[in-house]
Order: sequence, then C-alpha cells, then structure tokens
Amino acid sequence: MEIASHITLAALGQQILVGLSRTTILFIVSSGLSLILGVLRIPNVSHGSLYMIGAFATYSVATLIGGTTGFWLALVLAPLLVALLSLVVERGLFCHLYEREHLMLLLFTFSLTLVFGDLVKLVWGSDFRSLSLPPTIQGSFTLLGLPFPRYNLFLLVLGPLVAWGLWFLTNRTKIGKIARAAAVDREMVAAMGINVSWIFAAVFCIGCFLAGLGGALVAPTQNITQGMGHAIIMEGFLIVIIGGLGNIWGALLGALIFGLTDAVGILVWPQFAIVFPYLAVVVVLLFRPRGLLRSTW
Amino acid sequence: MPPLTPQRRNLVLLLVLGLGLALMPAVASRYYIYFTALILVTGLLATSLNMVLGFGGMYQFHHAVFYGLGAYAAALTLNKTALWPWLGLLAGPLAAALLSLVMGLICLRLSKLYFGMLQISLGSLVWAIVFRWYSFTGGDDGIHGITLPSAIAGITGSYYFVLAVTAVCLFLMHRVITSPFGQTFQAIRDNPERAAALGVPVRRHQLLGLVIAGFFGGVAGVLFMAVENSVFPDLLFWTLSLEVLVMCLLGGWYTFLGPMLGAAIIVSLRTVVGIYTEYWTLVLGVILMLLIFFLPQGVLGYLLSRWQGPGQPALAKDK
Repeated sequence: MEIASHITLAALGQQILVGLSRTTILFIVSSGLSLILGVLRIPNVSHGSLYMIGAFATYSVATLIGGTTGFWLALVLAPLLVALLSLVVERGLFCHLYEREHLMLLLFTFSLTLVFGDLVKLVWGSDFRSLSLPPTIQGSFTLLGLPFPRYNLFLLVLGPLVAWGLWFLTNRTKIGKIARAAAVDREMVAAMGINVSWIFAAVFCIGCFLAGLGGALVAPTQNITQGMGHAIIMEGFLIVIIGGLGNIWGALLGALIFGLTDAVGILVWPQFAIVFPYLAVVVVLLFRPRGLLRSTW
Repeated sequence: MPPLTPQRRNLVLLLVLGLGLALMPAVASRYYIYFTALILVTGLLATSLNMVLGFGGMYQFHHAVFYGLGAYAAALTLNKTALWPWLGLLAGPLAAALLSLVMGLICLRLSKLYFGMLQISLGSLVWAIVFRWYSFTGGDDGIHGITLPSAIAGITGSYYFVLAVTAVCLFLMHRVITSPFGQTFQAIRDNPERAAALGVPVRRHQLLGLVIAGFFGGVAGVLFMAVENSVFPDLLFWTLSLEVLVMCLLGGWYTFLGPMLGAAIIVSLRTVVGIYTEYWTLVLGVILMLLIFFLPQGVLGYLLSRWQGPGQPALAKDK
C-alpha cells in the first residue's frame, strides 16, 4: 500500500496518453451498449461476452492468416463475426421477447452471457491467449521525451472517428432517424408502415459490432482471458450511466472520465487504482443522478 | 377430524418438511447434510432478494454484495477481534444492513432500470475493494480456517445452526411481508404514483425494504461462512447476484417460498450436472432461456395457478 509522493509531469503526461487509449476502447464498447439501451431499452449484459468473443476471434484470425495483413483483416473480420452472431441470436430468439418486461430482457441477455462464456471455453479452451502486434506496427515514437506506442496513436485516431460515424449514423441517415423515432414511440413508427422489428435488429447488430470491435482493438494490448468480459461490462454500465443513458456523446464523456481517473489513479495509488473511476462515478451521480448529458429515455 | 383447508394443508406440509429436515443428520451422510445446508443458505439469500424484487418491484441486480459482505464482516470479526464469537457473527448482518442503507441512499434517487444498473455497479465497487485489499481481506484468496464458536464448528452443528436461523428468518420475513409495512410496500410496487398520492412516503418505505433485505442477505452470508468455514470474493461477484435472480424467477417471484424452491432446483441441478460435464453455465443459460420463453411465472407460480385455478391475482406486469 504505497502512495506515490512525487509524480513527475512527464510521467503524468504519458499516463494520460495511455489513459486516452484506454478511453477509446471503453468508449467504443460503451457506445454500443448505450445505443442498444437508447433504442431497444435493454441493458445488454452479454455485451461483455461479445467483447471477449471479438478478442478471441481476432486472435484466431490474426494467427491463422499471419503477418500485418492478417492483423488488419482480423480487426475487420472479428467484429463482423460478432455482429453476425448477434444477428442470429436477435432474429432467432430475442425478437420474440420485446414485449416482455425489462427484467426478463435483462435476464435473457444474462442467459446469453452464460452460454457464450461456455461456448468460448469449448472453442478456445480455458487458457489465456496473447496476441502480439505485427512488427510493422510495433515500436513507439517519442513524446515529451517519453516513448509512446504507435498502436496507441492508432487508437487515439480511431476513437473520434467511431464517435463521428455513430453521430452521422444516428443523425444523418434514414435508418438512424427511424431508430431514434422508434425509441420514442415504437407503435407510431410501426403505424407509418415501417418494419420496426428490423430496425431493432439493425441497431442491436451495430451495438454488438461495437462490442466486437472493442474486443478486437484490445486484443493486442492485454491477455485475452475468459473473465475479460466480466470486468468491461460493469465499466460500460457505469460509463453509460454517468454519460446519460442512450446518449453517444455521454458515452464519450463518461469513457473520458473513467479512462483518465483510472490512468491517474495507477500513478497515485497503484493497488487501489480500480477505485478511482468508481469514486468519480459516485461524485458525478451525487450531483447529477441522471448522468451528465441528457438521456434519451 | 377438522376439515383440511388450504391453510391447514400448508401447515401440515411445512411441519412434515421441517421434521424431515430436523431429523436428516441422523440418517443422511455428511455430504447430503452439507448439500442441504447449502440449499437452505442459498434459499435464504434468494428469499431475501425477493423481498425487494418480487414484493417491492425494485430491480436489485446486485444482491450478492450483501451476502458476501455479511460473510466477510463476520469472518473478519471472528478472526481479528477478541469479541464473544456469537456477537461476532452478528457483525455480518449489521454490516450488510449498513451497506444496504448507504447504497440505497445513493441508488434510490433513481428508479427501475437506472436504479438496477447503478446498484450493480456500486456493488461491483465493493467487490473490487474486497478483491484488491490483500492485507485486510486476503484478496482473491479469501479467508480460510475461521475460528467458529465450537457449537457450530462441526458439520452437524453448523447444519442445525443453518436450519434454525433459516427457519427464524423465513418466519420473520413472512411477518414483514404480511405486516402493514409489507402491504404498503407491495402497494408501492403495484403503483408508486398512487401510493405517493395517498400520502405514503415511498422512498422511506423502499429504503427500509432495502435495508431489511440487505440484513437478511447478510444473515445468509454468515450462514454460508459457518457451513464452508471460509469466504472468498466470488461471494460478492455480480454473476452470483444474477444467478440468485434466476432462482427467484425459476421458483416464482410473486410467491413467498418460490425463491427457496428455485434455489433448491438450481443447487441440485448444479451438483448433478457437474458430475457429467464441466459446462454447467451453458446448461444454466439454456434453462434460463427456456424459463423465460415458456414459464415466466416460475415453477411455484405455475403450480399455484394450476391448483387454485383462475381468479388468482394476475402476475404483475411491468410497463
């Protein structure tokens, strides 16, 4: 239990950059969670499992094909695989349950978590995997006199791109506008002759795609383990809550708060770094119980 | 002989069941005694959750945190203080009730799903602290070899302790549910706006309900510690909470004894399935799916509606 007494400015700067890369992944995962919450009104507990499947699938594709191409291809294919899986589940099972109460929907996504967890064990075994970056992306450049990995820079660029893409999708495309309308009044939208069921399927798929993408992006930065989905889902819930349910920008803001307090926490008090983001959440909620930005609910 | 009214029939059933459970250690092997104790403990936990879930309509997603905290508080008090051990056991439910009060104060500013998500997240914070605080809680190793009072140190002793405490707790919880407070609590579940309009302090009732449920959850935790003689962080991990929620659903959460039945089914199934395959969670997931699709009112709810015919109170609908 050692609390750091002196922290250099450079170390702080580097830690913040690392925190921002973590923020990107948190944002991508929780924006998918938020999207599904906002439109379908379902807290998708299986989001963490899909994230884990995304990471394992990235490992498999990347090692199967190999090299730099394999890695980039895996980053694209793994999330698509997750999206496909979610489409099958949504069309096959989930779409029959939308009229049920929230608790049943939540428990259904929990049952998916249970099934996915064991399926991953069946397919990939219970050992952890680790995926190293292809040599062309490895290495780092110097910033403020400290090394900063190139892959993290890639993450920092990708984060805002995903945010913009999601904003564009929900605000500028027809499907996004219909989805937002359906979130407010499902029956009215159906009365206009629009097949709401398929809109919901599409939104669910996109949300799960983002979970898979988060898993794919995190794969080369940490061990890919059975339990990795359990941790991220709680973080995702918290981010979505402090941001405002269903609000994409809220997810970005929440991820920033979460990622940065976590990164600074590691510097200040390594053993209990995990507590800092939670404390930030409690502080936010004490002042704004419904989140920082306007919820779509 | 007096006529066999449903009340009398239920009383007879309960007496027979109680007698059977009380005599069990005389005939059953050590393993079955342990197994039955585990069912009782888990059932008590599920029943305490159902106090707020089924009867209060509150989405308490992370109830296991009170179970785990109760177990840890009692274990730490027993191992680290020189307090009279029976008093040490009481530290469990008290700590759980206190945590429930604090979490309730924060979470009750929100309702329904928002409440549930905040509750599960804050509960995860407690888990994270327990998981990381090696010097105090033993971290992911947990605490083993707890010095219990000698009367409940053996398997038979701890079994009777569990049986007695569970019976008393069930009786008390039933009294709470049927008390004026319990009736008001259910009225809030069915229509919070109307209850508020009638002058019921909704928040205060809900907070009290949460504290009571947390207290009994803590009792269950202490009982688990007494049976297992160890505690570990998985006791307050969120997956356990959802598993307990499944037990309530399986048994039927608009019935008082449903969660106990659900716990018995799940704990037995886990043991039986565990013999044949390591993929127990897969089986549990499939059971849960089938349940949601085909038996949303739960086993006991279904049986009751079959026995007593139509005219039973309709299962409360959300929305």
